[in-house]
Amino acid sequence: MQDTQDLKRVVIEPVTRVEGHGKVTILLDEDNKVKQARLHIVEFRGFERFIQGRPYWEAPVLVQRLCGICPVSHHLAAAKAMDLIVGVDQLTPTAEKMRRLMHYGQMFQSHSLHFFHLASPDLLFGFDADVAVRNVIGVAAAHKDLAVQGVMMRKYGQEIIKATAGKKIHGTGAIPGGVNKNLTIEERDAFLKDIDQMTEWSRGALKIAKDYTVENLEAVAPFGSFDSNHVSLIREDGAMDLYHGNLRAIDAQGEKIFDQVDYQNYLDYIVEDVRDWSYMKFPFIKSLGVDDGWYRVGPLARVNACDFIDTPEAEAARKEFMAVTDGKPNNLTMAYHWARMIETLHSIEKIRELLEDPDLQGTDLVLKGDRRPEGVGLIEAPRGTLFHHYKVNDDDQVEMANLIVSTTSNNEPMNRAVSKVAMDHISGKPEITEGLLNHIEVAIRAYDPCLSCATHALGKMPLTVRLVDNDGNEVAKKST
Amino acid sequence: MSENTITFEIDGVEVQGTAGQTIMQAADVAGIYIPRLCAFDGLEPFGSCRVCTVKVNGRFQSACTQPIAEGIIVENDSEELLELRRNLVDMLFVEGNHFCMFCEKSGNCELQALAYRLGIAAPKYPYMFPADRNVDATHKDVFIDHNRCILCARCVRASRDLDGKNVFQFVGRGPQKRIAVNSRARLVDTDLNVTDKAVEVCPVGAILTKHVGYSIPVGKRKYDHTPIGADIEANKK
Ligand code: SF4
Repeated sequence: MQDTQDLKRVVIEPVTRVEGHGKVTILLDEDNKVKQARLHIVEFRGFERFIQGRPYWEAPVLVQRLCGICPVSHHLAAAKAMDLIVGVDQLTPTAEKMRRLMHYGQMFQSHSLHFFHLASPDLLFGFDADVAVRNVIGVAAAHKDLAVQGVMMRKYGQEIIKATAGKKIHGTGAIPGGVNKNLTIEERDAFLKDIDQMTEWSRGALKIAKDYTVENLEAVAPFGSFDSNHVSLIREDGAMDLYHGNLRAIDAQGEKIFDQVDYQNYLDYIVEDVRDWSYMKFPFIKSLGVDDGWYRVGPLARVNACDFIDTPEAEAARKEFMAVTDGKPNNLTMAYHWARMIETLHSIEKIRELLEDPDLQGTDLVLKGDRRPEGVGLIEAPRGTLFHHYKVNDDDQVEMANLIVSTTSNNEPMNRAVSKVAMDHISGKPEITEGLLNHIEVAIRAYDPCLSCATHALGKMPLTVRLVDNDGNEVAKKST
Repeated sequence: MSENTITFEIDGVEVQGTAGQTIMQAADVAGIYIPRLCAFDGLEPFGSCRVCTVKVNGRFQSACTQPIAEGIIVENDSEELLELRRNLVDMLFVEGNHFCMFCEKSGNCELQALAYRLGIAAPKYPYMFPADRNVDATHKDVFIDHNRCILCARCVRASRDLDGKNVFQFVGRGPQKRIAVNSRARLVDTDLNVTDKAVEVCPVGAILTKHVGYSIPVGKRKYDHTPIGADIEANKK
């Protein structure tokens, strides 16, 4: 146990809240050297209790209350678990493709929002640029086209969600065993009309992310970076598949820890550790143990873990990405942005593929089989692998729910990133400026966690910084 | 015009009904919608929810129980009555656990549709979040979610008068009043059948057929495009 007596404490705490919230505590010694840095995330686990006793078909809709940022991912993960509960292993082509369309729409809008609104100010202006400029309004002023593209791409994805789920938030499209609607010709044509434009803009965003990383590689490479394992769903042939597949885990060198694991057995491979200082759990790979088994999920992990991407432009982009690290996994925290934009391009390529598929106008929407007592649904949500696990009793009521959200899987990595940045950039500095504190945020933001300290969409960093000594006495306070 | 014809007035409009009709029945035929929750076509009037309160010659009456009479002046669509109905609907919302955003009855629910029609965006009374309401899912095909019951007694009347079964009754009084099955038994112990009228008439998401869930997409649900009462207003000549 580290001795934390006689240390000053810097707390970074968000003032506004979105979904869940986090704060960073940095312990400084008398010489302003960082002794310890931790990210605390309050995770709402109330859902797992709340759903108990509810009829199973409610879960995919109810679970969307869990997160206002990516409700569609929860909707689909729960629906996938409920497919198994109603005894359906394979959906009809129309149902599977409608769900995929919904999912790629979600991926497209979530990644676009993150890149243009949350990440681009840091990338375009620098981490310690004037906070008055380093925000989405600043981007709008200096790069008007980019800001417009961000808004339009987000809207496109949201309209796809609406057309497939019924509503932009809290839709009902995915039901146990299938979907409740198909895509009309009119809806399809409206999306096809803009698809070239969306593809073009996705290429542009990818180029910004790639150029930024490559041109600043010297500064970017060490920033909040560390070697880690990576976990992702993978298709049977090794292709990236954001909607469905088996589990693959690789180490920092790309060696497989496990591969093509049926996620119904995830409990044999992933364990959740509890620590006294955090409400959020720390999942790890069972065979490696708690110290070495932690892993990253999300865009970086997915691009690293897959053997190839099955759409041509994203595959070309993946090859460029992997070339930077000679084909080995890329372990740079800031490379998340680049990987995220590869996935954005992949998503729009997939959306086009789906829109051109007449199966979306099919009318075979739902299947039914023999009821089963248990089901696990996994999906690659924008922020990473999302686990939903349910047990349902003979009266059709949910008896047990266990969820591992991607932010939980990335808990340990984000803590590592925060520590690294605090040590490299804050340690020993006489004064802690807003720009320095933003370095911490930049590292957290790369992981796109669903907590409000990662969102400063209105252009103001929602932080209160408190310098507190170890007895809890406030030494200084700074609000931005 | 037969001698049974009774002429009266609703909101200044002359309406003709037949002797024995209630104000609500005559108004329905004339295409004038009077909001309601416990009243249901084909069931005995019950007069408990009071949402159909109108003023008859200046006095408050429930339109579902009050018979028409020659020359009466009925007030229905006034701000005073609308406010009264808003308050009643508001109270029903906060008294139970009504979470429209994930309720499978959403879009087909009369309580929700009425709130929309009355222009209620959010209840003004504090939510009570009662913790004592349970779910009875023991029946193979039907379940009751007491969180959403508004005690309208439609199921009680339908089971007794239309199904001839008496599956549902009230137990308790005042705030403790609840719908029970065969006096505190479980649904599985009754002779309830999924095709019973009692299952069909529930205005909210309290009695539901299992496994149906959200099979009707948003946009195709009963009140997605037309407000509650539009079917009655279509009778207007
Ligand atoms: S269960 Fe439905 S029909 Fe029966 S009293 Fe409650 S709300 Fe009315």
